[in-house]
Amino acid sequence: MGSAPAISPLVIFLASIFSSNMVLSNFLGMCSFISVSSEYKTASGLGKAVALVMVFTTILNWLIYHYVMIPLGLDYLRYLIFIIVIAATVQIIEMVMDRYLSDLHMKLGIFLPLITVNCAILGISLFMVIRSYGFLQTLVFGLGSGLGWWLAIAALAAIREKMAGKELPRGLEGPALTFIITGLMALAFVGFSGMFVVM
Amino acid sequence: MKKGAIKALFRRNVWEENQVLRQILGICSLLAVTNLVSNSLVMGGGLIFSVALSSFTISLLREYIPHRVRMIVQTLIIASWVILFDIILKAVLPDISRALGPYIGLIITNCIIMGRAEAFAQMNPPVESFFDGVFAGLGYTIVLVIIAVIREFLGFGTFFGINVNFVGFQTWTIMVMPPAAFFIIGVMIWIVNNIMARKQASGGGKRG
Repeated sequence: MGSAPAISPLVIFLASIFSSNMVLSNFLGMCSFISVSSEYKTASGLGKAVALVMVFTTILNWLIYHYVMIPLGLDYLRYLIFIIVIAATVQIIEMVMDRYLSDLHMKLGIFLPLITVNCAILGISLFMVIRSYGFLQTLVFGLGSGLGWWLAIAALAAIREKMAGKELPRGLEGPALTFIITGLMALAFVGFSGMFVVM
Repeated sequence: MKKGAIKALFRRNVWEENQVLRQILGICSLLAVTNLVSNSLVMGGGLIFSVALSSFTISLLREYIPHRVRMIVQTLIIASWVILFDIILKAVLPDISRALGPYIGLIITNCIIMGRAEAFAQMNPPVESFFDGVFAGLGYTIVLVIIAVIREFLGFGTFFGINVNFVGFQTWTIMVMPPAAFFIIGVMIWIVNNIMARKQASGGGKRG
């Protein structure tokens, strides 16, 4: 701590949604982004679940990193500890949702286990350590990145739904086309770069 | 284990079921590190190291890991190997380690490793699993390097950091930026799909 960079939380928030979007400019969470984006409803559900888990895990990881790992000198074990925290958080969120928000659980439940291995979640905790963000910055970074991920997958799914059933050159259907669409989306998002600068 | 078996594994994991182009796994790191060939080679090495040793370890312990908690146990095994690689890399090549940033740590969540563990290592003996991992990693590395060569050449006019821009063409800034990575991988998958479809059509579909 202490040496947190002086970037306004608002800038981090907007940047993590638009100019340095997790999927479109940092390539995180690609696996589920490609494979769970053929239907808008499902994709949007996954997006929400990712955003939720992202906020909780980044906050927890920040607290554990600064109040447990640094004082004990366990910095080198951070990959191991972060992944355990993520797996545990996902499990707890699932149980709490099942108990108190069973409607939401019905909708998001199937995606939760998938999220443990979504690299966006681990990636964001690692970025927060590398960029040495403070607590508030971490909070908005997690929230913004989650929303950005949701925005990206929902947009992709909406485009793919429109494209479904169209005649395509052989071999282009499925993942190949999805990547090219994602490329075009990323190109559009490059338009945001320079508006909010973080690093 | 027999030599023929290794060869068959090699063929399958590097080409026929290439993790990246056929199974669409391990895309995150693939796209993020491919603007320089040197970074890609290190990343590929890291993946081969982690996937081979994780598969080996998981296979050794496959009888002792309770089925219900196997995912978390596998993740922890993978994480341990990745931490080891990270520490070695920091000591040997600190510059590249810094350039790759979080992506080394993200090898843990690289779906290729978990995929090999689930699909192969937990039902096969250690040595086979080790080779299965090596070849799966190799297939990934080859794709990584191909993309990196294209991007580095067009984006910076260099190869391995050496200037090869003899014609003096204008470098394409877009190649360094994220969209190009998506376009190249999309086109590569398209081409491979076509080759596979043609082979299947001419070979009477004897290979899956």
